[in-house]
Amino acid sequence: MKVKHKKIDYSKWGYIFILPFFVSFFIFSFIPLLDTIRYSFFEYYRSGIKEVGPNFVGMQNYISLLGSDMLKYAGNTLILWMIGFIPQIVIALVLAEWFVDARLKIHGTQFFKVVIYLPNLIMASAFAMLFFTMFSTNGPVNSILMSIGLTHQPVDFLGSALGTRSLVGLMNFLMWFGNSTIMLMAAIMGISPDIFEASELDGCNSIQRFFFITLPQIRPILAYTLITAIIGGLQMFDVPQILTNGQGTPDRTSMTLIMFLNSHLKSKNYGMAGALSVYLFIVSGILCFIVYRITNNDDPDGSKAAAKKAKKLQRKG
Amino acid sequence: MKSKQPNHLRSIFAHVVLIILSFMCLFFFYILIINATRSHADLQKGFSALPGSYLLKNLSSVANDGTFPMFRGILNSLIVSGCSAAICTYFSALTAYGLYAYDFKLKKIAFTFIMAILVMPTQVTAMGFLRLITNMGMYDSLLPLIIPSIASPSVFYFMYSYLQSSLPLSLVEASRIDGCGEFRTFNQIVLPIMKPAIAVQAIFSFVGSWNNYFVPALIIQSKNKMTVPILIATLRGADYMNFDMGKIYTMILVAIVPIIIVYLCLSKFIIAGVTLGGVKE
Amino acid sequence: MKKQVVSVLLIAAMTASLVAGCAKSSESSPGNENTEGNVINIYSWNSEFRERVEAIYPEVKEASKDGTVTMLNDGTEIHWIINPNQDGVYQQKLDEALMKQADASADDKVDIFLSETDYVNKYTDADADAAMPLTDLGIDPETDLADQYEFTKVTASDVNGVQRGSTWQCCPGLLVYRRDIAMDAFGTDDPEEIGQKVKDWDTIKTTAAELKAKGYYTFSSYADTFRPYGNSIEASWVSPGETTIKVDQKIMNWIKDSKEWLDAGYLDKNVKGQFNPDWNQAMGSSSKVFAFLFPAWGIDFTLKKNWDGENGVWGVTNPPQEYNWGGSYIHACTGTDNPEHVKDIILAVTANKENLLKISKEYTDFTNTKSGMQAAAGDNSYASEFLGGQNAFQYFVPVAENIKIAPLSAYDQGCVELIQSSFSDYFQGTVDFDKAKENFETAIIECYPDITAVQWPE
Repeated sequence: MKVKHKKIDYSKWGYIFILPFFVSFFIFSFIPLLDTIRYSFFEYYRSGIKEVGPNFVGMQNYISLLGSDMLKYAGNTLILWMIGFIPQIVIALVLAEWFVDARLKIHGTQFFKVVIYLPNLIMASAFAMLFFTMFSTNGPVNSILMSIGLTHQPVDFLGSALGTRSLVGLMNFLMWFGNSTIMLMAAIMGISPDIFEASELDGCNSIQRFFFITLPQIRPILAYTLITAIIGGLQMFDVPQILTNGQGTPDRTSMTLIMFLNSHLKSKNYGMAGALSVYLFIVSGILCFIVYRITNNDDPDGSKAAAKKAKKLQRKG
Repeated sequence: MKSKQPNHLRSIFAHVVLIILSFMCLFFFYILIINATRSHADLQKGFSALPGSYLLKNLSSVANDGTFPMFRGILNSLIVSGCSAAICTYFSALTAYGLYAYDFKLKKIAFTFIMAILVMPTQVTAMGFLRLITNMGMYDSLLPLIIPSIASPSVFYFMYSYLQSSLPLSLVEASRIDGCGEFRTFNQIVLPIMKPAIAVQAIFSFVGSWNNYFVPALIIQSKNKMTVPILIATLRGADYMNFDMGKIYTMILVAIVPIIIVYLCLSKFIIAGVTLGGVKE
Repeated sequence: MKKQVVSVLLIAAMTASLVAGCAKSSESSPGNENTEGNVINIYSWNSEFRERVEAIYPEVKEASKDGTVTMLNDGTEIHWIINPNQDGVYQQKLDEALMKQADASADDKVDIFLSETDYVNKYTDADADAAMPLTDLGIDPETDLADQYEFTKVTASDVNGVQRGSTWQCCPGLLVYRRDIAMDAFGTDDPEEIGQKVKDWDTIKTTAAELKAKGYYTFSSYADTFRPYGNSIEASWVSPGETTIKVDQKIMNWIKDSKEWLDAGYLDKNVKGQFNPDWNQAMGSSSKVFAFLFPAWGIDFTLKKNWDGENGVWGVTNPPQEYNWGGSYIHACTGTDNPEHVKDIILAVTANKENLLKISKEYTDFTNTKSGMQAAAGDNSYASEFLGGQNAFQYFVPVAENIKIAPLSAYDQGCVELIQSSFSDYFQGTVDFDKAKENFETAIIECYPDITAVQWPE
């Protein structure tokens, strides 16, 4: 039995199992990606209803993008993302820890778990619409502030860079902290209770337990949360778009990269949009690599450990 | 005794924080519901904390408007989101298992590749995607909204991480010895172990797909294939003559109900997943 | 005009790229074949045109309940293809269809499409040849459309003066004011006397100071005064064949005056732009805003909807400067397979005085018939209850007759929107003048890739 088993080559199953993913990826993402890259080397846009191009222009689109405010928009995106993400991950970690901590005896956990995820269910555009109404100069937030005497003049939230950015950050935080909490909770619940029990016997307090047991144990999921948050940050679009009417007002301080891309797509400037997409693609790749390196420093892709483990098991078997 | 007091304080603190956060989350739903009960004219006048009496009227105007087939839209969205969530989680789990449990030559390359495309923004490929779909004759059909979700790198990555922490390969070995085929092993042994991960990702991809406007707006043309976000956008795009904010808020409210139901159903699985996590070493 | 509601999501902008390959062939002789197609496809952004066709076109047999198909007596079906204006979705879907027009099967061809003043020039462009010259349809603008207002005909013509569209609607604008505020500030609410106080920009500025002293704003936002200035530019934003935007002195005047008015407190600093909640509230009874500049549609659909008081509080009088705001043009699409029907519809909806007067009565449009509108001005059955029994047509007519439409270009929509949003920061004091100019340049080049430079007047 043992001998026979060892001879079976399972590797073909590996290929079979990952095949659907790759086929679907190549058709629906890779071919379009090549298309985008191809157009990034062309001058190709629409003037009115007349088409201009495609004319091959080499790196021209890339160069003129470097001369534009692209880097400023990248900075905006980063700032907007940080304002939302830092509170998001901190609160999510704390909440996840609380929810799984039986000693805290939180009442109505089920209720809270449901409620914190609710903002994620509203479409971002609808959410932004609500915010826009609430924080307008004649909106309810200003009338509350004025009636409790905090301010005499209505606060022009959307008129200042700080106000607009904070609102975007607040919205992103509200929309995503529940999502992260659930994700991290699932990860913490996946940790073997034995470890917690052992730590309790060793006299760990909850803070020690959090930093020395929970955090290291959930590192893969934490990395996942970080990476998805970065993807979300890079793709940030609908919230600032609707809050600022697509202009990134005031003074283009809340213009994100995808809003910039959108304005090229809207003007049907396919060449420029293609080049910008390629830049975005490169940036996202680098970011992802860095994050992955930091969170899994000893084993860049996790496959080494898996392979080792598999071998060990096979040998054992 | 020593640790009891701080725990008590922490517990109070935790409750306070949770209540504040819940208030913030629910506040927007409150406003949405209030706004859905008010007429367009009332809404234009400004905000009110008290509900109006227009909910039924708004509802009936949403339900009866032939140019905005809301219920058809909800059905379309349910089909698209349900199928996407199902195939997305299933195939991502399958791919993750394929890369986790088997050893083969291209394994490392395949893994690195998926990691590399993980952060690619959707918008990057949108132009080419549309051209491709048109050439394939799938323009104005729901299929291109569903099939591409087979390849969801971020869901894959989540599944992979989950497998790493929760699936001992000895279990796979054991099932092989019992004579299980590879597919059966996956479907009957691995999938149940992954239930919490699948539930979490199913919610996320369902919601993501439900609220997706970008791709459907590219692909869908005819009224009876429109999904909810396109309908809401179309309604909001209506001009000054038939622009009705009360109706829009009502539509948003109606559009949220199905996902809340789905969420409440799936959230039970997450809780049930606690016990399943404990099959380690 | 119309809804510039906050925009939703990434627009489906790139849709049209898929037709990259098929160049537009210019087969433009609809011809005299007696076989008309069975389906008339009409592209529009709302039900406005459909409602008017169904109300007055005698050939209409019945309309489907959901508003997507209208049956004509001879069995031809009108298919209405409605896409929202928001985020340019309408134009994008239309452009896509126009590029496929040559290869489309007869029943899929676009037969009629609509455009708005802000972008009509994009479609009437002679080179683009998307809208057919009316003469090719057998309509002679000189005779058939003789009763139309001249400026609407100019608007719908290409650079060579060939008319390629026609409209049922004119949008001369008036000054709509609050009688109660007028009483309080000036001791009179008589339209003639108020008209004197707002007759030109210098006079209205003095009046604004009076209003300010009483605690009122003259207008709600700087965007409110844009149309009169923007409508009177000397040269088009972009001259034909050029790729440079020339900002007109009139626009600079608007910027200068708006800043001055805002700083002086004649405008409400809290209202930024139009079609937003703050602006809507400025039309409510608790607002301190004295007046708005509106055409007929603005009074009936924007102001009336936002007003929460009694009828008769608002009154109309002459504006400080004649202007036009909005208007939907009907075009026959090159390549149509139903030229006879198209011609018939255009004539029935835009050139038949009786039909137009009926539209004016039923939908309160100011319609495109000089003699008809003159008659309406003297006919008390056109008086408006909302305006306290005033007959607004009496005031619209002289404005309509004096409108000199500004020279148009295909870039108008972007220029008009972006100059307002870019300088909004300057008015509010967030950026200085030069930075606002720079922001406009950046935005406009993003919007129109073929624009190479922006010239500012000295």
